[in-house]
Amino acid sequence: MRPSLSSVPQNLSPGGVLAGKPAKTGSMKGDRRRALFWSYFFLVLFAIFFLTPPIYMMITSLKSSAEIGAITNPWFVYAPTLENYTALLGSEQYLTFFKNSAIVSLVVVVITMLISIPAAFALARMKFWGSATLGMGIFLTYLIPETLLFIPLFKIFAWIQDMTGIEVMNHYWVLMFIYPTLTVPFCTWIMIGYFASVPKELDEAALIDGAGYLQMLTKIFIPVALPGIIAATIFAFTVSWADFLYPMAFTTSADQLVLPAGIVTILIRGDVYAWGQIMAACLLGALPPLLIYAFLMDYYIAGLTAGATKG
Amino acid sequence: MTLPLMALIGALVVYPALYSIHLATLNKSMERFVGFGNFSFLFKRDLFWMVVKQSCIFAVSAVVFKALIGFCVAHFVHNVPAKGQRKWRGMLLIPWVIPPAMSTLAWFWLFDPSYSAFNWIFARIGLPSITWLGDPDWARFSVILVNVWYGAPFFLIMYLAALKSVPEQLYEAAEIDGANWWQKIWYVTLPMMRNIISITVLFSLIVTFANFDIVRILTSGGPIDQTHIFATWAFKLGIEGNDIPLGASVSLFMFPILAIAAVFILRDINRRGNEA
Repeated sequence: MRPSLSSVPQNLSPGGVLAGKPAKTGSMKGDRRRALFWSYFFLVLFAIFFLTPPIYMMITSLKSSAEIGAITNPWFVYAPTLENYTALLGSEQYLTFFKNSAIVSLVVVVITMLISIPAAFALARMKFWGSATLGMGIFLTYLIPETLLFIPLFKIFAWIQDMTGIEVMNHYWVLMFIYPTLTVPFCTWIMIGYFASVPKELDEAALIDGAGYLQMLTKIFIPVALPGIIAATIFAFTVSWADFLYPMAFTTSADQLVLPAGIVTILIRGDVYAWGQIMAACLLGALPPLLIYAFLMDYYIAGLTAGATKG
Repeated sequence: MTLPLMALIGALVVYPALYSIHLATLNKSMERFVGFGNFSFLFKRDLFWMVVKQSCIFAVSAVVFKALIGFCVAHFVHNVPAKGQRKWRGMLLIPWVIPPAMSTLAWFWLFDPSYSAFNWIFARIGLPSITWLGDPDWARFSVILVNVWYGAPFFLIMYLAALKSVPEQLYEAAEIDGANWWQKIWYVTLPMMRNIISITVLFSLIVTFANFDIVRILTSGGPIDQTHIFATWAFKLGIEGNDIPLGASVSLFMFPILAIAAVFILRDINRRGNEA
């Protein structure tokens, strides 16, 4: 199940044929050249629109507070400095946010995989009573937005705290239990698709060789459907890294915040906005997803498109 | 093997969803059953109807522009030579990859009242400066703009994948029949992409309707509560205002749109399942 997006030569658009085949008539050739020109023109325009905020983030993060306050050209850095970055990396608070985010995201990825892989395997291969309904149900739960659930969840966890005396509110680890509700349904859903595409002959061969279900899963399904598992892992990680609503609702103390909530609530304080530092914090915080994206773009995109195309 | 999954979904998704219906029928201190008291209270407030209107405007206009931009840009990317497509696609998807809370802060800074980088450019070319987040109408425009910026790349990727799957022969046949580019889009591309368009639009409608991050960070619902949508208002009432039942009632209003969209998506999936 490689992403089908990577360059497929026979799908070359009319514009791309320009260099190879001789065009039928002169006017047609001109048409294509014009189409190509306008495509580039608009692509550049939209690229500017899409990339302005991240680039502006970068520009601001390289400025000192004095330069920002002096209202010079906001789009240009006169005296580039790394002081915002060194200040952040030396700040215990920011490193705590980063550490909390990393712990939560990694644990959520592990939990998600432990729940999703067996479930997807069962739903893709074993036909049992209600398995089709359950598959549909998983998809439906993916459609329930977190904004509908945060208030009852807040109440439920407050009640658990009252009943058991365990301090669950205002601790970052409570997010480890909540984030899987965002990741598990979608990951299971796309992995059902990947597992279902594993040829039946493979598991028949394994059965003949005397493999149990567990061996079948670890020796055949996981290796064969690895691209799907990677895509699901990336999804789970990026979602738990980026979530903002649950940490805002469940954690308040400065040492328990994860990155998105931490930057928004702690770094922005009062009227004194240290914007250079805030932008540097955002950029550093966006770095893990961006790096994953840069190196695993095909898997990332496969995970994105799988949700709708696998249906 | 599906037990952990069912336990998780049952305890942390289905149960809370039902529980919120129960919560919505309690009074503020959650001791007394008030039936539809919270709802009738909401119906009497102008602010509630403003939030309903704003949520619909926000979701519908954002989704329409996301879909349009995604559709157009997908065509532009599809038009350029194949070896450049990867590069363009990689660049144009970046807004989707940055966690929204962080990119929204960058927009917030771009909109800043005294240091706005947009207003700086406007001043250079002789346009009046705009109070992006201070004026209700501009604030509404701004939150939609940021949402479109964040969501359009998703549509772009989906439509680009769909465009690639349209067989080239169909276009050749259309060309022989003398179709112009508009007819090719209308009679070939759109029918072939109908499924993917409907599913992405419905998906995005749900997500946009339930959006929280962007409005919360850009305006926190202000100025004077004019940009609140369901999620941010529910957060303000329920978590910050400590009136959990009222917040739950507000967030429950997201349910109808959700149910409608879910029915359509399910129908679509079932139909495709039957075709296969």
